[in-house]
Amino acid sequence: MMVVSSTTAGQEAAASGRNAGGNAGDAAFGVLARLAGWSILLVMAGIIIVLVSGGWQAFSTFGPGFITSKAWNPITHNFGAATSIFGTLVTTAVALVFAVPFAFGVAFWLVEMAPPALARVIEMAVQLLAAVPSIIFGMWGFFIVVPFMAHYVEPVATRYLGHVPGIGLLFRGAPYGTGLLTGGLILAIMVTPFICSVMADVFVSIPAVLKESAFGLGETRWEVMRKVVLPWSRQAVMGGIMLGTGRALGETMAVTFVIGNSNRLGWSLFAPGNTIASLIALEFPESSAGSLKLSALLALGAILMVISFITLACSRMFLQRGIKN
Amino acid sequence: MSAQKVQAGATDGWQRGGAQAVRRRIVERLVSVLCCIATVVVLFLLFSILWTLVTRGAAGLSLSTFLHSTAAPGSGGGLANAIVGSCEQTLLAALLGTPIGMLTGVYLSEFSHDGKIVSFVRFVSDMMLSVPSILVGLFVYLMVVEPAGHFSGMAGTLALAILFIPIVVRTTEDMLHLVPRAMREAAYALGAPGWRVIVSICLRAARGGIMTGILLALARISGETAPLLFTSLGNLNWSTNLNAPMASLPVIIYQYAGSAYDDWVQMAWTGALLITVAVLATNIFARWWLSRNGTASS
Repeated sequence: MMVVSSTTAGQEAAASGRNAGGNAGDAAFGVLARLAGWSILLVMAGIIIVLVSGGWQAFSTFGPGFITSKAWNPITHNFGAATSIFGTLVTTAVALVFAVPFAFGVAFWLVEMAPPALARVIEMAVQLLAAVPSIIFGMWGFFIVVPFMAHYVEPVATRYLGHVPGIGLLFRGAPYGTGLLTGGLILAIMVTPFICSVMADVFVSIPAVLKESAFGLGETRWEVMRKVVLPWSRQAVMGGIMLGTGRALGETMAVTFVIGNSNRLGWSLFAPGNTIASLIALEFPESSAGSLKLSALLALGAILMVISFITLACSRMFLQRGIKN
Repeated sequence: MSAQKVQAGATDGWQRGGAQAVRRRIVERLVSVLCCIATVVVLFLLFSILWTLVTRGAAGLSLSTFLHSTAAPGSGGGLANAIVGSCEQTLLAALLGTPIGMLTGVYLSEFSHDGKIVSFVRFVSDMMLSVPSILVGLFVYLMVVEPAGHFSGMAGTLALAILFIPIVVRTTEDMLHLVPRAMREAAYALGAPGWRVIVSICLRAARGGIMTGILLALARISGETAPLLFTSLGNLNWSTNLNAPMASLPVIIYQYAGSAYDDWVQMAWTGALLITVAVLATNIFARWWLSRNGTASS
C-alpha cells in the first residue's frame, strides 16, 4: 500500500503541477480510483483461487480421470465430471441451434424491414425478454413448456424423426417432457435477445455506402445481407454468438427446473440429464464442509469457469476485431 | 426504403432470364416471411410468459401477501419477509457496489496513462460481467459463510454486489467516453484540479446515463437466485437482521415452485408476478428516462 500511494502521488504531482491546491485532492482521488479498479482484479483472482483450491482435493483424488468419469455416487465417494460437462455442452449447443437463426431473423427484420416506429417498440420488447429473471424462465418452463413438450413435441418428433438413420438416435426415448432438449430450448429463449441485440447493433453500424452500392446494383435485401452485410460483420456476429454461448453455459435456475436432474449420458435428447450449474445448485446444500463431494462440486465450478472464460475471451476478441474493422 | 423500390424496378430490365429473376424474388419473399415469423415467435414467447404470470399470479394477490410472512402450507401467510429481504439485500448491494463500480469506471476511462494494467482491469471487469452467477455464490460461501459458520443476509448482499459492480463499471466508462473533450479542456483551462474535473464536470455530464446503468443493474440483481442459494439461504420467518439468514423473493419462488402444496405453488406464482413486474417496470422506466435525459446532458 505504501508503494501504491507514493507512486500515485509522484505521478500525479509530475503530471499535473498546475494547481498546488489540487494536488492533495488529485492524489487522494487517484488512490481511490486505483484501489477500486484493482479490487476487481482481487475479486476475480479470489474466485479463481477459491474454486481451484477447493476443488484440488477432487482433482488430486481422481486425477485427470475426473473429467472423463461418468460416476456421481456420494455413497461410494466416486465422482466424475463427464455427464455434467456433457449436459452443459449439449444444452448450450441445442440453445445455439435454435437461438442463432431466430436472433438473426429478428435482427434482420428490425434493421431492414420494420417500420421505424414499430421497430423501436419491438426492440424494447426483445430487451425486456432479456431482462426477465432466469427463475421466471425456469418456472414458466416447468409448468408450461414441459407438459407441452411431453404431450405434443416429443411424441411427434419420435414418430417422424425417430426412424431417420443417424439423427434418429437423438429423438428416441420416453417423452418425459423434462430433459436436455427442453433445457436447451429454454436457454435458447434466454440467449436469443442477447445475440439479437448484438446483431442488430452491428447490422446498423455498417457504412451506408456499402449497402447502397449493392442495392444500386439491383441486389435484393437478402442478397445484400448475405453478400455484403454478413461478410463485413462476420467477426462481430461471431462475438455476439459467443456472448450468448457464455450466458447459456453458466445459466443455473432456468435449467435446474427443466433438465430432469439425472446423472446419465446418452444419445437421446429427451432423456433427463444435468449441467454443471444445475448439479452445483442441487447438490451443494447437501454436501458437508470439507467433504470430497464439496470438493468435487468446486472442481466442477472451476471447470465451468475455464469453459466460460475461454468462450468470453473469444467473444471479446471477435467483438473488438469486428468493431475495429 | 427508396433503394428497394429502385431495385425492384431495375431487376426486371437488368436480369438475363426471367427464371432467375423469379427465383431471386421468391427467395427474397421467403426470407422476409421467415424473419417475420421469427419476430412473431419471439414476441409470442414474451407474451406467453407475461400472460402465464398474470393469470396464475394475480389470484394470490391480496393485502395479506404484503403484510404477512411466509407460513406453513394451508395456513395462509404472505410474502412480506421475502419482499423486504429482497429489497434490503438488493439496495444494500447497490449502495456497496455503486461507489466501487463508478470509481472503477472512472479509473478505466480517465487513468489510461497507467498503461497496460488499465486494459487488464477492463478485460477482467468484462469477464466478471458474464461470469456464471452461481460461481459468485460459491465464492462468497467459501469466503464468508463457511468461516462465519452460518448463512447471512450480508453474504447475500456481498454476492449481489459482486454481480452489480461490473455492470456499473461498463456504463460509467461508456458514458464518460461520451463526454466531449472540449468540456474537460474548458474546465482545466479554468484551473480546476483533475479530480474536480472528473467529479464536477465529467460525472455530472454523464449522470443520466450512469443512473440508467445503475437502475438496470438493480433490476438485474433483484431477480438473481443462484448466488443467494448458498449465501443468504432464505428464511421462513420475518427477519431484517443482516447477520442471520434472510428471505428473498427469488429463493422463495425456487423453494415454493417445486413443492407439492397448491397454496405454496400459488404463492410462488404471485412472487414471480411481483418480481417480474418490478424488474420490467424498472427497465422500462430506466430506458424512458435515458431517452429523455441521457441525450440532453451528453
